[in-house]
Amino acid sequence: MEKRVVITGMGIYSCLGKTLDEVRDSLYEGKSGIIFDPARKEMGFRSALTAKMEIPDLKKQLSRSQRAFMPEEAKYAYCATVDALAHAKIDQDYLDAHEVGLLYGNDSSADAVVKSVDTMREKKDTTLVGSGAIFQSMNSTVTMNLSCIFKLKGINLTISGACASSSHAIGLGALLIKNGLQDMIICGGAQEVNPFSIGSFDGISAFSVRESDPTKASRPFDRDRDGLIPGGGAATVIIESYESAVKRGAPILAEVIGYGFSSNGDHISTPNVDGPRRSLQMAIRQAGVDLREIGYINAHATSTPVGDRQEAKAIAEVLGDYKVEVTSTKSQTGHEMWMAGASEVIYSTLMMKNNFIAANLNFENPDEDSAKLLIPDHRIEKHFDMFLSNSFGFGGTNSTLIIKNL
Amino acid sequence: MDKQELIEKVNAVLAEEFEVEVSDITPEGDIKKTLQLDSLSLVDMVALIENEFSVKIKSTEISQIKTFAALYDFLAERV
Repeated sequence: MEKRVVITGMGIYSCLGKTLDEVRDSLYEGKSGIIFDPARKEMGFRSALTAKMEIPDLKKQLSRSQRAFMPEEAKYAYCATVDALAHAKIDQDYLDAHEVGLLYGNDSSADAVVKSVDTMREKKDTTLVGSGAIFQSMNSTVTMNLSCIFKLKGINLTISGACASSSHAIGLGALLIKNGLQDMIICGGAQEVNPFSIGSFDGISAFSVRESDPTKASRPFDRDRDGLIPGGGAATVIIESYESAVKRGAPILAEVIGYGFSSNGDHISTPNVDGPRRSLQMAIRQAGVDLREIGYINAHATSTPVGDRQEAKAIAEVLGDYKVEVTSTKSQTGHEMWMAGASEVIYSTLMMKNNFIAANLNFENPDEDSAKLLIPDHRIEKHFDMFLSNSFGFGGTNSTLIIKNL
Repeated sequence: MDKQELIEKVNAVLAEEFEVEVSDITPEGDIKKTLQLDSLSLVDMVALIENEFSVKIKSTEISQIKTFAALYDFLAERV
């Protein structure tokens, strides 16, 4: 018999805050986490816009050797995971006694790679790269670090699916629990924020150049959008079987009821409509709900001209004559990429638990396609018990999650 | 740099990097135990020495250097 999958803990380290309360307040107040970084301009960036992030100092929490293996995204993920475990009322004794899994989305660790290569080129001596470089450089750096720090004994895997990575991590984790293969999995996503990690992304003109007004630059679905703003941090969601949560007396926040996925089978960077549409339809089918039960849609919409247009078309096609609020929290955070699927589940859950839908900032004029959607440009006070969250990525990978309030 | 200055500098850079007190470091002390080095962090010590003193310690040599006194002597001959 298939098991129900519930969310019992959340933790986040983002440009909107480092605690759930801070992030909830930032969402409610419509704060933007976007700034202009002069250092990027000096490096030759076309756009110096980025999310404002601070790398945590973990000297008091972790040993020197533990920290030596951690690039910035692993540090963000550690902070988010400590908070999520505490939120779910899980201590180290529980982790020691159970096979708890770890599925985290991550698709780069560029800073460590660049620094290693710089050292090798300059010094011609690989020893000088240091012992941490190999562990910091691998895509699986977050899961290899967290699994050792928290001494996890279940599945231990990084999901690399571009900007849908951590949405897939939650979806795949839910499938493992649903089928009885794991009782609890720490899911999430992490994203490095250093300039080296996204220089090549800037190079293909994907970023907004509205540098004169950073908080106005991320404008998903708006007619005058001109590109995304890179962001990052980490978000962790503890998912477990309903039975496990009840047995532990854990706080049950929500239920993962639908996971849809698809591949566009098309262009490497230009999304189409068919792939996202199929992902949405699959999630609704898997959830077994009437789409009119969905009270909010957290769109992938990154503020790029083509991406938002195609997603608007896909959502409109799937919704038909049903109108429900659609927003992109990327209007506040920028595009958190590998982290976005998990962070947006947290943003949406916070809104669901607190009866509001955050404004889609900077939505001043719709275009032909976004005009077909109900996109609030201001905060809506609304109770809803179910939301759908889209995450799409390069290569045409699509993931859609449907989460129900409990 | 005379040997005492060398010793003080070695102790200072090692203490800072490996997060121990300078007072924890004694000439007869075991390097790995004092600095809590495993096979990976030993690599970092070799890299640190090379960066700070421009002295390369080969893997065959590092296995022979057990105490801080041995390290001071090794470096004093090469700095």
